[in-house]
Amino acid sequence: MEKFDKLTGVAAPMPLVNIDTDMIIPKQFLKTIKRSGLGANLFDEMRFDRDGNENPDFVLNRPAYRQAEILIAGDNFGCGSSREHAPWAIKDFGIRCVIAPSFADIFYNNCFKNGILPVALPQEQVDLLMRDAEKGANARMTVDLEAQEITTSDGQVVTFEIDPFRKHCLMNGLDDIGLTLEKGAAIDGYEAELAGRRPWM
Amino acid sequence: MSTAPKTLYDKIWDAHVVHEAEDGTCLLYIDRHLVHEVTSPQAFEGLRLSGRKVRAPDKTIAVPDHNVPTDPSRLEGIRDEQSRIQVEALRRNARDFGIELYDVDDIRQGIVHIIGPEQGWTQPGMTIVCGDSHTATHGAFGALAHGIGTSEVEHVLATQTLIQKKSKNMLVRVEGELPPGVTAKDITLTIIGRTGTAGGTGYVIEYAGSAIRALSMEGRMTVCNMAIEGGARAGLIAPDDKTFAYVRGRPHAPKGAAWEMALDYWKTLTSDDGARYDKVIEIDAAEIAPVVTWGTSPEDVLPITGLVPDPDDFRGGKVEAARRSLDYMGLTPGQKLSEIEIDTVFIGSCTNGRIEDLREVARVMEGRRVKDGLRAMIVPGSGLVRAQAEEEGIAQKLQEAGFEWRLAGCSMCLGMNPDQLAPGERCASTSNRNFEGRQGYKGRTHLMSPAMAAAAAVTGRLTDVRDL
Repeated sequence: MEKFDKLTGVAAPMPLVNIDTDMIIPKQFLKTIKRSGLGANLFDEMRFDRDGNENPDFVLNRPAYRQAEILIAGDNFGCGSSREHAPWAIKDFGIRCVIAPSFADIFYNNCFKNGILPVALPQEQVDLLMRDAEKGANARMTVDLEAQEITTSDGQVVTFEIDPFRKHCLMNGLDDIGLTLEKGAAIDGYEAELAGRRPWM
Repeated sequence: MSTAPKTLYDKIWDAHVVHEAEDGTCLLYIDRHLVHEVTSPQAFEGLRLSGRKVRAPDKTIAVPDHNVPTDPSRLEGIRDEQSRIQVEALRRNARDFGIELYDVDDIRQGIVHIIGPEQGWTQPGMTIVCGDSHTATHGAFGALAHGIGTSEVEHVLATQTLIQKKSKNMLVRVEGELPPGVTAKDITLTIIGRTGTAGGTGYVIEYAGSAIRALSMEGRMTVCNMAIEGGARAGLIAPDDKTFAYVRGRPHAPKGAAWEMALDYWKTLTSDDGARYDKVIEIDAAEIAPVVTWGTSPEDVLPITGLVPDPDDFRGGKVEAARRSLDYMGLTPGQKLSEIEIDTVFIGSCTNGRIEDLREVARVMEGRRVKDGLRAMIVPGSGLVRAQAEEEGIAQKLQEAGFEWRLAGCSMCLGMNPDQLAPGERCASTSNRNFEGRQGYKGRTHLMSPAMAAAAAVTGRLTDVRDL
């Protein structure tokens, strides 16, 4: 997995609540058997019309935000399905950090498996970052995972909380499966005990 | 071991911890893993690339459901190339890794969350995962069941465990008797309307109370299925005699002495008196009405007797979201919900594609017909549900009443297959999500119970089933 430590880039403002996984990557793009290439269809039905023409008003189509690496959104970001295609599409587009007042649980979890940092902050702080993002391409903010700090373009600093284990994995790009397989003996032991205690399982 | 009173969630969690780190991060053992074609190809590819095997193929089943067409042409092969490739990939992965597959031509094929319980794979006290958010359905059996992403699918395939931190625990108690015309779907939608789609974030919900106990297993599955729409990862209902009777005798249920042993254990799976919850919500069953959704979030729930709301009546970010919803849905504030005309009726999905749902539709349709010009489809949740409905004579009656009678699959719940709404088309749907584009590009979805969807089929508009 790609590491995440520090990022300075343009943040795209998307002040909509309940941005769901069908908006992030509509169902017709889930038919792929690959992880890559989904960025072209990120927010497809908001970004393009039916003929594939860009909707000029959509934030990621505006010149200032075409290279955005951070997304700032409303409450309950990523609600809906478990599709990991949502974080795959976000990452493939080039966004490495999503900031919102809250995230749906499975989406939040999926981000960490893909080198994306989701940051949950109180509404007022999201509003502050949103205002900074609305300034456009020259307003680059910095997300520092190690320090757990976000610095706006005019130097205001917002701190955020994150689970220490997840932070460790993200900063070091650790592969969960590799970590778990190191506990193989514990899994063997559990299965042996299960066979005695609840054999029907 | 602590002797403090435990909730059902505590008990299942404790029984599955393989390893606990100092910070509380746990390695949790997974008893059953259900796999479908959309969220698994990249996981199997990951296994191949790293030379890993499936640790417990006997605890894993696979079924194609999202992509499969629901008309008989599918037996000659799926025409859509990408869908076909995904289903073929599942077939190959199941074969290569030794996993039992319920293929497209198997009568046991169906929506993954319907066939798990149907085949007796789903049992009380288990941990069950699937790369699908509606895995919450299996919680109706007192199993801890939730959706996972594809990276976690690969993790479970390789290790039969998941890295997890314990969630908070919420109790939703629904006491009293449901009024006539009100069903499990109305309970679950009403709860989401009350708590919001983020209300359950970070929680596992236990549903309890006399109204929940009174539900059939099918009804309980409907309630737990939509725990995810309320933001909760999992919903749970303590198992009881109805649960045991449902599981007994199914192909993968324990038999003989193992059954007795299992039963003894299952009977311990209730929350202890005095067990502590982080949050408790009380709902009076008598106050629940038949409901429909008006917007593009499952929290946009109102009784059918209500009016389309005004976005300005909301607060914060919801004002803009409601405005966007009404624009998308083509509705005007103040409009009567019962005057909204529809083009399509969809009965099916992992929320409401079980036999009891079809019986309910048949009851409402007794002596009535689908309004001329409407497209009305019934998609049984599995081949076995379909066969049972045919045996009970329901299928014939519903076809005579004007419904299309389809083969099993996810169908129009998510439009990954040919069953889709056209732009602007409006659907009375028994599915679980009314998101923009969910049932087809620019399609408009109103969620409701099977009884309410049947009523809409009769009149051609959203209709209070009590008024028929």
